[in-house]
Amino acid sequence: MAKCMAGDLLKETFPEAVRDIEEFRRETSITVDAGKIREVMTFLKENEKLCYDLLLDLAGVDFDDRSPRFMIAYLLHSTKINNKLRIKTTVAEGASLDTVSDIWLAANWMEREVFDMFGITFNNHPNLRRILLPEDFVGHPLRKDFPVKGPDFDQPLHVCLEEER
Amino acid sequence: MGVEAAAAASLQEVINWARKNSVWPVTFGLACCALEMMVASSSTYDIARFGSEVFRPSPRQADLMIVAGTVTKKMAPMLKRIYEQMPEPKWVIAYGACACSGGIFQTYNVVQGVDQIIPVDVYVPGCPPRPEGLLKGIITLQEKIAAEPAGQRNLVSLPWGNNG
Repeated sequence: MAKCMAGDLLKETFPEAVRDIEEFRRETSITVDAGKIREVMTFLKENEKLCYDLLLDLAGVDFDDRSPRFMIAYLLHSTKINNKLRIKTTVAEGASLDTVSDIWLAANWMEREVFDMFGITFNNHPNLRRILLPEDFVGHPLRKDFPVKGPDFDQPLHVCLEEER
Repeated sequence: MGVEAAAAASLQEVINWARKNSVWPVTFGLACCALEMMVASSSTYDIARFGSEVFRPSPRQADLMIVAGTVTKKMAPMLKRIYEQMPEPKWVIAYGACACSGGIFQTYNVVQGVDQIIPVDVYVPGCPPRPEGLLKGIITLQEKIAAEPAGQRNLVSLPWGNNG
């Protein structure tokens, strides 16, 4: 695989937004500013040399000993140059991030999942609701401080149907 | 025992006999246990020998709910609704470790035993239990139905919800 040129291009275009570029085993990870994420993502998708037209995954990570606490990783793929790219950005607890769901429609559900599991909100998301857990669930289970068994593990479950209310 | 009581008792026996030999399950598989449940209706295990081969796609036509698999908290309201939609008389088999007790999933999103939501008649442990386990569960349920005394359950169930 040819050396990834996204890093150099990004550094040229957004010198103030690119924090760090890592190369490891031909995998490129670029850390960018959370505030510039939309500009960077639009550039990566629409630049003719790069054309990262596929969002493979969007995931959150909780580093509860770091500040800012959360990291969001975007895995991109370009069908034009057959190249994969990882974009990382950091989000503090309580802060929010701009959505990329209008750039790649695939991001819609992935951002909902990150919201569900980590409680990170995405600005201008069309439908930011819980996607995997029940709507009335309290807490965000993939946060490191969430107990694996949940806060009410030993309590009996009360299921109340709508028509019984 | 008076004549009327004797007649009622033998009527109860006839009704129990009819009920126990035509326990129709509702099609309700939640996880890998459901695969074992499906195998139970194959020719090798032949659940039809016990009158339970008619897996109904509608709870309105079913007598038995085989809760086969992991019940998540998100699934719990749907499970309870399907159970409530089943007409009396109705029975429940908790099939597999997850339905019995939550199984290996001691986590925030799994119901720790389906008996927290609906009453369970027979528990079949195993991860997953073999189809023979389900057949044993059905036989146990049949024994339970056959032993039901008069007066425990209404003899006639009316279709509009309340019991006769």
